[in-house]
Amino acid sequence: MEYIDLGHIGLLIGFLLILVGFWGVLTQKNIIKIIVGFSILDTGINVLIVSLGYVKGKTAPIIDNAVAQTGYHDVSASVVDPVPQALVLTAIVIGFGVTALMLSYAMKLYKAKKTLEINKYNDLKW
Amino acid sequence: MLRNILIALVVLVMGYMFYNTYSNYETRQELADNSISQHFAAQGAQEVGAANIVTAIVVTYRGFDTLGEVTILFLTASIIAFFLKLKDEDYNREIKHTETSELLVTASQVLIPIIFLFGIYVFMNGHLTPGGGFQGGAIIATGVALMILANPNVKLNYHVIHWVESISGVSFVLVGILGIMLAGGFLDNKIFGEDGLGEFGTLFSAGAIPIIYSFVGLKVGAEISNILNKYQKSQKEA
Repeated sequence: MEYIDLGHIGLLIGFLLILVGFWGVLTQKNIIKIIVGFSILDTGINVLIVSLGYVKGKTAPIIDNAVAQTGYHDVSASVVDPVPQALVLTAIVIGFGVTALMLSYAMKLYKAKKTLEINKYNDLKW
Repeated sequence: MLRNILIALVVLVMGYMFYNTYSNYETRQELADNSISQHFAAQGAQEVGAANIVTAIVVTYRGFDTLGEVTILFLTASIIAFFLKLKDEDYNREIKHTETSELLVTASQVLIPIIFLFGIYVFMNGHLTPGGGFQGGAIIATGVALMILANPNVKLNYHVIHWVESISGVSFVLVGILGIMLAGGFLDNKIFGEDGLGEFGTLFSAGAIPIIYSFVGLKVGAEISNILNKYQKSQKEA
């Protein structure tokens, strides 16, 4: 079991969350549950990106006395990749915005039809 | 039936693709030489002066991206305001809810000031500790959410929310323009001069980063509170 390290665990959890979220989006009938599915999918992708930046045995990219340094606070030998973490911060904010928008659409739909069952919205079905 | 089979097929194919990626993945042993990540880790402290390298990337190296991110949040709040059109009577409507429990009301009175204080701590120390403007703003908004849960008819002063949001948004851009005039470019953090980064690892260090992140924190907190307020006030009955 030599390849079970944090990078692989993160990758596995990310992939599982993506699959669960995708399954939820495809199978659920209730709009709120579909939104929950999208949220889980979002989280899975974020976990995946962060774990792709993991470097074996290294620590978080925050410089303090506990992190080994050379020169003027040069920590390139002792931290994980900071770039995916910065990108995920952006992704989380966008995910929040998308979720908030979907919830307000759900409120609007509920006001129109008094139901959240997706099967009742068949206006465009032939 | 056909639908379920197709869904199972889609999930299985995705799972197979993921399995192949997973089984061939090897965790990295070190940051690649001459990569941008290595540059940030090696030179970040010298160039930006922030102890938290992720903050250095988010606020300075990719500062323009963060401005776009704040714009997207603003856009979300605007679209929600457009969708859930509220009139004056919506803001003053009293709905008879079931009584909230004594525990929740009392605990919220104790917790809300502490939550706000913690949010402010998180965004002011964004360049030193894990956290930053977005996280601090979200924490402040949880305080507002608790306030709404404890008293569903609470009236938030939305003029204050709008003004805090607008002023901090404009100030963010103004600090960015100060960067053009006093330092190397838009959103550059060395607005206090080349040697004005302060002592590494203290609160007043990293040039403009704490200022920018405080404005971002206030703006995000105000924006999420605004969205929560819209959700709360568009409720017609209990």
